[in-house]
Amino acid sequence: MNTQSDDYILQLEGVSKFFGTVISLQDVTLRLRRGEVHCLLGDNGAGKSTLIKTLAGVHRPNRGRYLVEGKEVHFQSPREALDHGIATVYQDLALVPLMSVARNFFAGREPMRKLFGLIPVMDMQQAATVAEQKLAEMGIFVRSPHQPVGTMSGGERQCLAIARAIHFGAKVLILDEPTAALGVKQSCNVLKLIHTARARGISVIFITHNAQHAYPVGDSFTLLNRGQSMGTFAKHEISKEQLLDMMAGGTEIQSLVAELEGDVAA
Amino acid sequence: MSATTSSMSSTTREATAAVKTDERVRRIPLWRSLMHRPEFGSIAGTLLVFVLFGILAGDSGMFNLDGIMNWAQVAAYLGIIAVGACLLMIAGEFDLSIGSMIGFAGTMLAVPAMFMGWPMWAAMLFAFAACMALGWLNGYLVVRTRLPSFIVTLAFMFILRGLTLVLSTHFANSTIVSGVGNRMAGDPLTHALFQGSVLNGLFVWLAHAGVITTLPNGEPIVDGIPKVLLWWLLVAAAAGFVLSRTRFGNWIFTVGGDAAAAQNVGVPVRRVKISLFVFTAFCACLFGVLQVADVGSAAADRGLQKEFEAIIAAVIGGSLLTGGYGSVLGSCFGALIFGVVQIGISYTSFDSDWYRVFLGTMLLLAVLFNHYIRSRATTGK
Repeated sequence: MNTQSDDYILQLEGVSKFFGTVISLQDVTLRLRRGEVHCLLGDNGAGKSTLIKTLAGVHRPNRGRYLVEGKEVHFQSPREALDHGIATVYQDLALVPLMSVARNFFAGREPMRKLFGLIPVMDMQQAATVAEQKLAEMGIFVRSPHQPVGTMSGGERQCLAIARAIHFGAKVLILDEPTAALGVKQSCNVLKLIHTARARGISVIFITHNAQHAYPVGDSFTLLNRGQSMGTFAKHEISKEQLLDMMAGGTEIQSLVAELEGDVAA
Repeated sequence: MSATTSSMSSTTREATAAVKTDERVRRIPLWRSLMHRPEFGSIAGTLLVFVLFGILAGDSGMFNLDGIMNWAQVAAYLGIIAVGACLLMIAGEFDLSIGSMIGFAGTMLAVPAMFMGWPMWAAMLFAFAACMALGWLNGYLVVRTRLPSFIVTLAFMFILRGLTLVLSTHFANSTIVSGVGNRMAGDPLTHALFQGSVLNGLFVWLAHAGVITTLPNGEPIVDGIPKVLLWWLLVAAAAGFVLSRTRFGNWIFTVGGDAAAAQNVGVPVRRVKISLFVFTAFCACLFGVLQVADVGSAAADRGLQKEFEAIIAAVIGGSLLTGGYGSVLGSCFGALIFGVVQIGISYTSFDSDWYRVFLGTMLLLAVLFNHYIRSRATTGK
């Protein structure tokens, strides 16, 4: 991979977003190279959610430019962002627990066939086969494509949502804290999946506050703090420890550790 | 970087190989997967009710042809609105105005036909248009204001019942508008659609053949299959097909399961909900028109408490009050339970006042049972 290429698939240039008197984002620049995993790190309140929603077409920036493949865009709705191949997997995953894997996979974009060459019906056979196959490609094996999503673990659901976004032609995948609610092993599965997606040429924006998760899969890292960007770093420019330090939590935790150890010493 | 990549992909491959023979995948016996279907509870309940009444009233004529037609008709009327209520409930909404809508539909049919000189077919179309427009309004207010449908449709339950009374006393100077049935008998279209029964020839032939009991005058005891039964079959088959087989059906489940998720995957949530309110109103209107056609008059108190019966039938049929789960077939069995119990109890030695006690108990049992089955199904036990 050529980390020095300037082939950006997605660019935010000097974007600001205000909500009344609140400055959510101030002059933030984020550039996503084609085929890289770009980690967006920041503590709560850093402006991560506003940034994702701007990228996903939910919010329109008050200042600055948003470019997709070099062309400026003004998304009016999330649908338009989707049409440009920018898919966002939110934390709630947009999955319905009581519905089957196959029905969930194709909700809103059902495969159709004609019954007796006349009546349009949902092609359940096709839905089940494709859902099972696409999940298998991502290394997830479901008991049956007809099992309710409610029976799957959090990690499997996350993978299902990601696999679905990839199947429907995502070129850019925006993942909102995909590992936040998961255990260690399940987080690993999701991280592997991010890696698989990258290997298939998909560009990923991985939002997290966990540098431990971000560092192994990330190619570059942008840090947000209180609505401002603290800069973007390629992987070779920064170590995991530096990354931790730069996040607000790094220094806070170190001083906490120092304080507690001091207590013990005293 | 490259070292990380290769080690990662090799672990992925190992994991893949390991998962293929996943020790955590367990085979589910067939009876258990049947139990996990939403309609299982209502089918079991129907069998139970049949066995119960078979023992209590087996030789009372309840299961003779005329007895069967009796309870089947009650089930058919309720079944029509239960199907509407079921789809709406799966989409996560209620309609408490169904019962009032039945009375309102009758008046909307009777008033133009009897007092304004409209031909019957035009009055019929007008009644359907008026009811479906009100269904649209119900739905529009619910999705627009985001108020619970409970409150919005409760308001319409009173508004429509009141309007029905006002209109019928204004025009007929009475709460009953009579003579509608006779007028309809003279109108080929509405008569063919809503009045009488079908397969009359077959029933006469069967009576001659001695299969069906005959009346003293030689006519069969039942002259055919009432049209309400055909309407029930038609509405249920269409709704069942739409729900389980079409794109719109998938949208209904998605909208009821999680409206925000449905929005995020591009399902037109509002359109789905509004069209189901319209469909429910259509079902209620069909009920009203069929009843007027059968009884011969329109009355302001028609359909009283039918909204609850429809919801109960849907719930017994396995529909979840909070949406996202249910079955048309189940609701039909729920309606069948109603018919059998309501008519059957008069064939037994029990006082018919026990009817409501029995139904309430049935509802409670059904809800508990369905809740238990569903929690097992969705936690994968």
